[in-house]
Amino acid sequence: MSAHAGAHHHTNYVKIWAILLALLVVSVVGPMAHIQVLTLVTAFGIALVKAYIVARKFMHLDVEKPIVHWILALALVFMVLLYAGIAPDVGRDSGQRWKKTDGWHHLPPQSDHDGGAHKGAEGATGH
Amino acid sequence: MSNQHDAHDHHAGAHAHHDEGWFKKYFWSTDHKIIGFQYMFTGMLLALVGAFMAYVFRMQLAFPGQAVPGWGLVSPGQYNMLITNHGSIMIFWVAMPVLIAGFGNYIIPLMIGADDMVFPRLNRLSYQLFFISVLLLIASLLVQNGGFGGAWTAYPPLSANKDFNLTPLGSTLWLLAVAVEFVAFLLGGINFIVTAMNARAPGMKAFDVPIVVWTIVIASILFMASVGPLVAGAVMLLFDQTLGTSFFNPNKGGDPILWQHLFWFFGHPEVYVVLLPAMGIVAEVMTVFARKKLFAYKTVIYTIIATGVLSFFVWAHHQFVAGIDPRMANVFTVTTVLISIPIAEMCFVYIATLYGGSIRLTTPMLWALAFMAEFMLGGVTGIYLGSSGADIFFHDTYFVVAHFHYTFFPIAIIAVMSGVTYWFPKMFGRHLNEFWGKVHFWGTIIPFNGIFIPLFILGAAGEHRRIFDYHSFPHLATPELQAMRVFATVSLVVMLAFQPVFIVNYLVSMFRGKKADKNPWKANTLEWTADSPPPHGNWPELPNCYRGPYEYSVEGRELDYWPQNEKA
Amino acid sequence: MKPIATTRSSMGIATGKLAVWWVLVSEIVIFGGLLASYVMNRLAHVEWGDQAAHTNTWAGAFNTFVLLTSSLSAVLAHQAAEKGDGPKAARFLYMTCLGGLVFLVVKGFEWAHEIQAGFVIQSGGFWGYYYTAAGLHGFHVLAGMAVMIWVASSAKKNQDLHRVENVGLYWHFVDIVWIFLFPLLYIAK
Repeated sequence: MSAHAGAHHHTNYVKIWAILLALLVVSVVGPMAHIQVLTLVTAFGIALVKAYIVARKFMHLDVEKPIVHWILALALVFMVLLYAGIAPDVGRDSGQRWKKTDGWHHLPPQSDHDGGAHKGAEGATGH
Repeated sequence: MSNQHDAHDHHAGAHAHHDEGWFKKYFWSTDHKIIGFQYMFTGMLLALVGAFMAYVFRMQLAFPGQAVPGWGLVSPGQYNMLITNHGSIMIFWVAMPVLIAGFGNYIIPLMIGADDMVFPRLNRLSYQLFFISVLLLIASLLVQNGGFGGAWTAYPPLSANKDFNLTPLGSTLWLLAVAVEFVAFLLGGINFIVTAMNARAPGMKAFDVPIVVWTIVIASILFMASVGPLVAGAVMLLFDQTLGTSFFNPNKGGDPILWQHLFWFFGHPEVYVVLLPAMGIVAEVMTVFARKKLFAYKTVIYTIIATGVLSFFVWAHHQFVAGIDPRMANVFTVTTVLISIPIAEMCFVYIATLYGGSIRLTTPMLWALAFMAEFMLGGVTGIYLGSSGADIFFHDTYFVVAHFHYTFFPIAIIAVMSGVTYWFPKMFGRHLNEFWGKVHFWGTIIPFNGIFIPLFILGAAGEHRRIFDYHSFPHLATPELQAMRVFATVSLVVMLAFQPVFIVNYLVSMFRGKKADKNPWKANTLEWTADSPPPHGNWPELPNCYRGPYEYSVEGRELDYWPQNEKA
Repeated sequence: MKPIATTRSSMGIATGKLAVWWVLVSEIVIFGGLLASYVMNRLAHVEWGDQAAHTNTWAGAFNTFVLLTSSLSAVLAHQAAEKGDGPKAARFLYMTCLGGLVFLVVKGFEWAHEIQAGFVIQSGGFWGYYYTAAGLHGFHVLAGMAVMIWVASSAKKNQDLHRVENVGLYWHFVDIVWIFLFPLLYIAK
């Protein structure tokens, strides 16, 4: 702690808090115009800015050792990877042997399930 | 914990703790070695449970419809429960606790010259949570309607809907057990990572750390970075099961493929989470018993890191037939084949380390050599399965089963045995009997191949994995194929029959074996400079580190080893 | 009490703080996985926006304000701890806890209102994620408060002041999660 104590002792936390509140107001007011682009920018763009400010100033990432940045970058990169790998497959209405329905009823049993195996002996598979 | 207080005020006190009760010493200890033993023995006991399950369902496959000695008639529901829990136990409650938590706890502080983990009480909490998860798992097997039978992958809607899986309580308890276990390993993993990062002996730079510590730490990081989405997924699945939400259930607008992705985003790195420590143990053993410097130490570390990173890019190869986007299937085929490069590199490193060494064929060395040989078979067959085109044919056949047993068995049994026999003198201050150790080795390795080579052939003949009785499928019930099933089952029984040799040898050697001195193998790493067994606090005075861990047969030195703590 | 290992610092970062950063990594991937699943589904289902319209933006905005303010008091507690003023740090920590409590109470009213209106966790895709994500976050708020009371009770006696920074880091992270949850669950309609 003492290594970087001088660096952020002079930070005016109240001022940063005021900036965050101002950004909060913008992020609430902006989407009220009901313009999609403006909503995206004000709601999500400003969320990114707010998160950046909190991480940098309140969590002191600005004076933290590089290894911590690497650790956090690792987690974030893997999350981007997760999204990129999964997104093409999620949100479809149907797939192999299944179809989304909104009701509570069950699908009728399918013919290729009656291969002679006991119910439940087949089913979800993977290795 | 007042004893703790004294012990550490007097600097790594080797003196305290003799006045403690038995319970406090072995069940409530914060000593990393005791916690390592707790993990290791719990894991080994559960390995027996998992092995018994394998015995029951293999008997059912070889002799369908006949009562299995020790179990009775196997019903289809029981069969599903057995394969599901065999898989979950062997991966989550055997490979993970023994390889990472057990060895990690025992050897990380000793190898980096620390007196304990950095958070001893967190460490104890980690084991206690793990123990609760074991109790939950056992409870899930005993409740009404029986244990969960939806495979260890727990794909919805089978796992999410009690009308499908017929085990409402069993599947929820199983899921809770897995979730609690993840929390336990997250706590343990944080402890391992921070200990290895921050608590190294004075003078020990990152590149003076033994390979096995590197591998356990990188495995812990992989686990931590990959398990999160599955923790979230487990919460969602739990709500699907108990509250009737619709995250994964297509009948109510949910998305079943999402679970598969969340599961395998963890599930594939998980393979490397257990593989890396196994490779680390084997590297330690090989370099000690070849009396040679580990070939290309730094490159090995970069290779391990590359393996870890690449392991995040391959998960969807488990889903080639699940109807994923074909463009993604292409990408994942390429990355899957790519990851064989660093793994092959590790095998070449082993061979290069052995080349020209003065090899000593002790029991740990035999296990280490067997690891390399058997794992390569598993790796090479993986190339077929990693290619999406071939996988469509092989998917969910016994070829897959044989493939991943050729990887997991070397990891969870062969490498573990290598480590257990290698560190035995350090753990108990006595030698393991070499003769019976070798009997057990051959009695395990030969039947192991007898079990799984027939399964490769059966799988290529089209035998689907999850079928309870092949008599319903005339083309799979031919006498030739049935003979192979019987051969595999008989091999399994032979292998299990040899395990008491190990158990008896282990227990007898623990109490009656030949006394071992501090450094019986003449190894370099720091744990061999402590007493055997090391007291609480490990050293009266903590060692310093002056060189890398693999300075064997250095030219111009009289001794063929050079301990890390020796000044010059 | 502590082993020598705990007092070492080969990386030049205090051991406790390094551990907290790793805890945050594990939390990032938990919330990351959940939110990524939500965003993917949300983009595929335009109709979820109609459901999201039933959430109360003003309650969400007020809670954002509360959490940002509690983050301010957490960082002021850290500042006081660095100057060695334990009792002052403890007071700021208690204020942070109060913020967490207000957050949870507002959340409770919000949920009660929504459940009365018939929007429960079983009411379909959006509501499942709404309650799960906000619930998981609320659980973290609760856990943070518990740890903070424990840290404050020793900080009051000028003991273990380094823990004030560590629990603060965790609290800021919980704040950041809410910064993303707010537009995702409330604003996007």
